[in-house]
Amino acid sequence: MKKFKLQYKPFGEHSILIEWPQIISENVLKSVLLYKQKLENFEFKQKVYIKFAYNSILISYNSTINNIYDEILTLKAINSIDEVIDKSVFKMWKIPVCYDLEFGLDLEKISNKNNIEIPEIIHAHTSTIYRVYFLGFLPGFLYLGGLDKKIHFPRKSTPRMQIEKGAVAIGGSQTGIYPNESPGGWNIIGSTPIEFFNVQKENPCFAKAGDKIQFISVSKVDYDQIASSIATHDYIIESEVIDD
Amino acid sequence: MIKVLHPGFYTTIQDLGRKDFQHLGVPMSGAMDMHAAKMANAILGNDTDCAVLEITMVGPKLEFNCETNIIVTGANLAPKINTTIVKNNTLINVNKGDILSFGTPINGFRAYLAVTGGFQSEIILNSRSMYQSITKASKLNKGDEIKIHTKSHISKKYSAIKMDSNYLNDHVISVFKGPEFHLMNNEQLNKLFNQEFTVSKENNRMAYQLQELVTNNLKGIITSLVLPGTVQLTPFGKLMVLMRDCQTTGGYPRVLQLLEASINLLSQKRVGDKIKFKLKAL
Repeated sequence: MKKFKLQYKPFGEHSILIEWPQIISENVLKSVLLYKQKLENFEFKQKVYIKFAYNSILISYNSTINNIYDEILTLKAINSIDEVIDKSVFKMWKIPVCYDLEFGLDLEKISNKNNIEIPEIIHAHTSTIYRVYFLGFLPGFLYLGGLDKKIHFPRKSTPRMQIEKGAVAIGGSQTGIYPNESPGGWNIIGSTPIEFFNVQKENPCFAKAGDKIQFISVSKVDYDQIASSIATHDYIIESEVIDD
Repeated sequence: MIKVLHPGFYTTIQDLGRKDFQHLGVPMSGAMDMHAAKMANAILGNDTDCAVLEITMVGPKLEFNCETNIIVTGANLAPKINTTIVKNNTLINVNKGDILSFGTPINGFRAYLAVTGGFQSEIILNSRSMYQSITKASKLNKGDEIKIHTKSHISKKYSAIKMDSNYLNDHVISVFKGPEFHLMNNEQLNKLFNQEFTVSKENNRMAYQLQELVTNNLKGIITSLVLPGTVQLTPFGKLMVLMRDCQTTGGYPRVLQLLEASINLLSQKRVGDKIKFKLKAL
């Protein structure tokens, strides 16, 4: 695995930020996930909370850090461990999306401005397999990498006051799913009945960083059917184990 | 049980927050002035993670249907039991049928009401802190009933633990350097640490925006992690101090990081209040 030069920065009284070079890449993601695994395997003297994004890990301690430089040395030593017990299994999830204009409120606008027919937009969106980099912004919101350049589209200058739960959207070079009703500035191209965040479940979100997502175009009839099976807990999201 | 006769301006149930689910994008939440909330529990003899009510500016009207002990800390919002004025930071015995209400705010912005044993609302993702899309309600509403334990009066009128409310008058916000502090030039630093800033009307549990601008041409960062107390500098020059309900990630440069005590202090400020940043070495 590629080695990156890392920077360690104190971040407030309780946290240390570990930073990778400022690039978005699958190699950085793999390096971040490996370091995270090493941190999770290590028995810290106190409870710690580990969060991560494209090129950073934030480790927060339950109480004030006594000596930040000692703690950074400990973190570096943890990272230098070569053998890692990593039991993570990564999956590709197939997410049904209805791209009918009833849901895809901004499809026509993208079609006009990018000079691309709507079926081509749907084809571009469904033929890419997206990597999940991390979760943030809203509970259950996945940051996905790999959107086709043909359908990059700038965020709206004035956000919508309300975007429906399940809206599938494009913001600049990113695509994502609104896991709950929220205000938002991304352009909506469809809707999925799949729930990305459910507080009633022990694991509220099925997807995790390192997993992959593929969108599958479905009709309104199928969409409604899936929505009603989800309501009665009879729907299992199609998935397969991946090994890269 | 207590009954909400009037919810006040913005009253929520809060505890220490939801630390275990941030990797799923779940905000931390918890009492904005964590110190005041913890002290309320400590003086009552509660566990530190007992849920309290966070009362913002205009207090609610609450009816107790059982005997218990309560305390109000944080902002002085002129609390009353029935028609009797009661003091902050002092243990109060309430009887069945008593009504707690509040008057004209005197000092500070957020008060905390603790009851013996804590408010027994539903625990979701290891916390009772209210947050839209996580808990069923995001604030108290008229007619709500919240479960509390019945407790006999404590005879001991004075707790060994004392709370001092003088911090409410302070206006110095102590900060550490944030991860992108080094991107700022001398002119920006000079402005940050030598001028006063005013709390704008955009202030809530997610973030406090400040009125005075700090012009900059700092580039955004690749979406990275933020914390309550992180100060972001937008391209427009706005300083945004993230608070307890903030998102877990953000893309603006993180120029400063508030100390915990300063998050508590800022939580007590309202629109128009002046603050000054003071840099501390870590």
